[in-house]
Amino acid sequence: MSWKVIDRNQVAADQLGPGLSALTREKIRGFFSRYPTKQACLLPALHIAQDQIGYCSLRAMREIAELLEISPSQVMDVVTFYTHFWTHPKGRKVIVLCRSISCELMGGREVREAIERRLGIGNHETSADGEYSLLMEECLAGCDHAPCMLINERMHKCVRPEDVERILADAKNDQLDIPRSTTYDAGR
Amino acid sequence: MPFEKVLMKNVGVPNSPSLKVYESRGGYEGARIALKMTPDALVELVKKANVRGRGGAGFPAGMKWSFLPKDRTVTYLCVNADESEPPTFCNRVTMEHDPHMLLEGILIAGWATRTTTAYIYMRGEFTEQYHIMQKAVDEAYAAGYFGRNVMGSGYAMDCYIHRGAGAYVCGEETGLIESLEGKRGWPRIKPPFPAIEGAFRKPTVVNNVETLACLPHILTRGVDWWLSIGPAGSHGPKMFCISGPVNRPGCYEAPLGVTVRELIYGDDFARGMRGDKKVKAVSPGGLSMGWLRGDLFPKCPDGQVDPVQDFDELDCRMDFDDVRRYGMLGLGTAALVVVNEDTDLRDVLLNQARFYAHESCGQCTQCREGTGWMYRIAERIHAGAGRKLDLDILCEVTANMGMMPGMSICGLPDGAVFPIRTLVQKFRREFEAAIDRQAPDAAAQRIRSVNPAAYELPIYEGRATRNIRGTMSSDHYSGSQR
Ligand SMILES: Cc1cc2nc3c(=O)[nH]c(=O)nc-3n(C[C@H](O)[C@H](O)[C@H](O)COP(=O)(O)O)c2cc1C
Ligand code: SF4
Ligand code: FES
Repeated sequence: MSWKVIDRNQVAADQLGPGLSALTREKIRGFFSRYPTKQACLLPALHIAQDQIGYCSLRAMREIAELLEISPSQVMDVVTFYTHFWTHPKGRKVIVLCRSISCELMGGREVREAIERRLGIGNHETSADGEYSLLMEECLAGCDHAPCMLINERMHKCVRPEDVERILADAKNDQLDIPRSTTYDAGR
Repeated sequence: MPFEKVLMKNVGVPNSPSLKVYESRGGYEGARIALKMTPDALVELVKKANVRGRGGAGFPAGMKWSFLPKDRTVTYLCVNADESEPPTFCNRVTMEHDPHMLLEGILIAGWATRTTTAYIYMRGEFTEQYHIMQKAVDEAYAAGYFGRNVMGSGYAMDCYIHRGAGAYVCGEETGLIESLEGKRGWPRIKPPFPAIEGAFRKPTVVNNVETLACLPHILTRGVDWWLSIGPAGSHGPKMFCISGPVNRPGCYEAPLGVTVRELIYGDDFARGMRGDKKVKAVSPGGLSMGWLRGDLFPKCPDGQVDPVQDFDELDCRMDFDDVRRYGMLGLGTAALVVVNEDTDLRDVLLNQARFYAHESCGQCTQCREGTGWMYRIAERIHAGAGRKLDLDILCEVTANMGMMPGMSICGLPDGAVFPIRTLVQKFRREFEAAIDRQAPDAAAQRIRSVNPAAYELPIYEGRATRNIRGTMSSDHYSGSQR
C-alpha cells in the first residue's frame, strides 16, 4: 500500500486553486443574519463557493474559514463529509444518477451502462472535454418516475437507455424554466 | 362517509404553488384560527388529535412539543425536508405542489411552540423544489405571514431554507441539527433530547413536512374530523407513495389503515402490476422497515399471520400498529416498493445492503462495521459464491446492531437490520435455492481469489457448523428454524 503525504501548510500556491470573488463573499455575508453563529453559514457558503469556482478549492476553504471565523480543518471536515461537494474540478454539468431500489428495479442499471458507454466515464469521473461528470447517488425522491437522473438542476424522469443519447445531446438539458426567487439563487 | 382528500387537494390545480391560488382555496384559515388561541391550548389540541409524526418514528407531535422547557426565550423549529429514504417522495409532492400548506403548518407549529426561527432543512438534491419553496417563502413574507409581526398579532417568527448537501443521516433529527450548525451530520448522543438542548444549544423541535402539513386541516376541520379517520391509535389521512413495476406508480392520499393489497390493486391507487405479474415481495414503509411476502404465495387458509410459513401477507394494514404483527419495524414513511416475480432477490439484498453501508456515518463501530459486513456478504451471495452459512451470519449480525440492543447512537442500523433480516428470513428458501444452483466449489474459489493463503481453511457450509461450534444462540433465528 502506498499513499501520498500532503503537507497542507506547505501547499504550493498554484495548487491552492481559485479563491472567492468579491460577489461570492458578499453573498456569503448575506447569510450571517439568518443564524445565531457564523459557523452555521458553512453549508450555504460552500454551496455558493462551489457555484462560483466549480468545486471547493483549498484556497476557497481557507478563505471561507477566515470569513466564518473557524479553522480551515473544520471546513475541510465538512467538505469531505457531504457527497455534493467536490474537492477537485468537476465537469460543467454533473449527472447524478439514482441507484436505489426503485430505479434499479425499473432499469437504472441499463441507463448507467448507456451513459458510461456514451461518455466513457465511470462513477465520480469527468469526461475528457470537461463537459460531464457522473455521480451515482442514492434515491433522488423521484421514484414514481424511475429511473431518475439529475443534470445540475434539472430532473430527467423515466429515463430509458435509448433516451440517453437524446438527453445528453440537448444543450439545455440542465436548465430549469421556472420562476426563481431573487433572495438567493444558487444552482447545483 | 366517503374519504375526502385534504393533503393533496391542491395537487393538479393550475398554479397551485402560488399564494393567490392557495388563499382562494381556503389557505391560511387554520393559521388565523391558531393565532387566536393560546400556544398551550394549541398544544393541547394537537395532543388530543394524537398527530403521530409522519417522519418515521411515529412519535405524537403534541407530546414532543410539551417537552420543551417552560422558561425558554429562544426556540427553533427544524422542518425535516431531507427526504432521503428510498423510495419515499411524498414530501417532494407537498413542496412541489403546495408549498404554502407547509408554510401554514410551520406557522401553526411555530406559534404552538413559540418558535423564534424556523429552518426548513431541505436536501441538496431538491433543486426545482427549492426554487418553488423559496418563492413561496418570499411571497409569505411579503404578505405578512412571517416576519416581525405575523398576521398583525405581534408575534415574530422567521423562516429560512437551509440546503443540505447529500447525506442520509442528516435526516436523523440530531444529525440534521449538527448539519444545520455547519458541522458534519453526525447524530448526537441522546439525552439531552433536542427539545431540551438542540440547535445552537437551544430548545428545538424537529418535525417532518407531512406532520406539519396536517396541522392546518385539523384547525379548520376540528379534532373530531381528524379522529374519525383511520383506526384507533393511527388517525388521519396519509400520503402513500407507490413505486416499482406497478401500472400507476405515484403518491396517493388515503386514510391510515388501508391494506397493502388495496394500494397495489385498488382502482384509486396503483391499479395492479405491470404485465399482470405477481407480487413477490413488497416493502411497505420505505426501505428501512422490512419486507412482506406478496401474492406469489398462497393465502393462509385460516387467515392468521404466520411469520414462518410462506403465506401471502398483502392484507397487512398500513397503520402504526398492524405492520408490527408482520415483523416490521414500524410504518416508517409509508412508501411502498413492489418487487415482481421476475426479480432476483439477491439484487434487492445487494442494493439495500449497499445503501446502508454507504450511508452509515461511521461514528459507531457496530453500525459502521455491521453494515459493511452485510454489504460484503450480500456481494458474495450476489456474485454466486454464497454459502448457506452466510444467511445465518446475516441474521446474527442484524441481531447485534442498532439502538434496540443498545449499540448505536442513531436509528440507522435498526433501519438496516429489519429489511435485511426480514428479506433473508422470509425468502430464505429462494436464497438457498440460488446457492444450491451455484458450482459446488464457488465459495471456495472466491475465497482463494481474494486470499490465496486461505487455501487450507475449511469452508463452512450451513447451520450444522453453528451447532458444532455451539457458540451461537438460536433465539435470533426464529425465521430460519424451519
Ligand atoms: C437514519 C435516519 C434517517 C431519517 N431520515 C428522515 C428523513 O429523511 N425525513 C424525516 O422526516 N425523518 C427522518 N428520520 C426521522 C427523524 O429522526 C425524526 O424522527 C423525524 O424527523 C421526526 O419528525 P416527526 O415527529 O414529524 O415524524 C430519520 C431517522 C433516522 C434514524
Ligand atoms: S448508528 Fe450509524 S449512522 Fe447512526 S450515528 Fe452511529 S454510525 Fe452514524
Ligand atoms: S429510488 Fe431512484 S429516485 Fe427513488
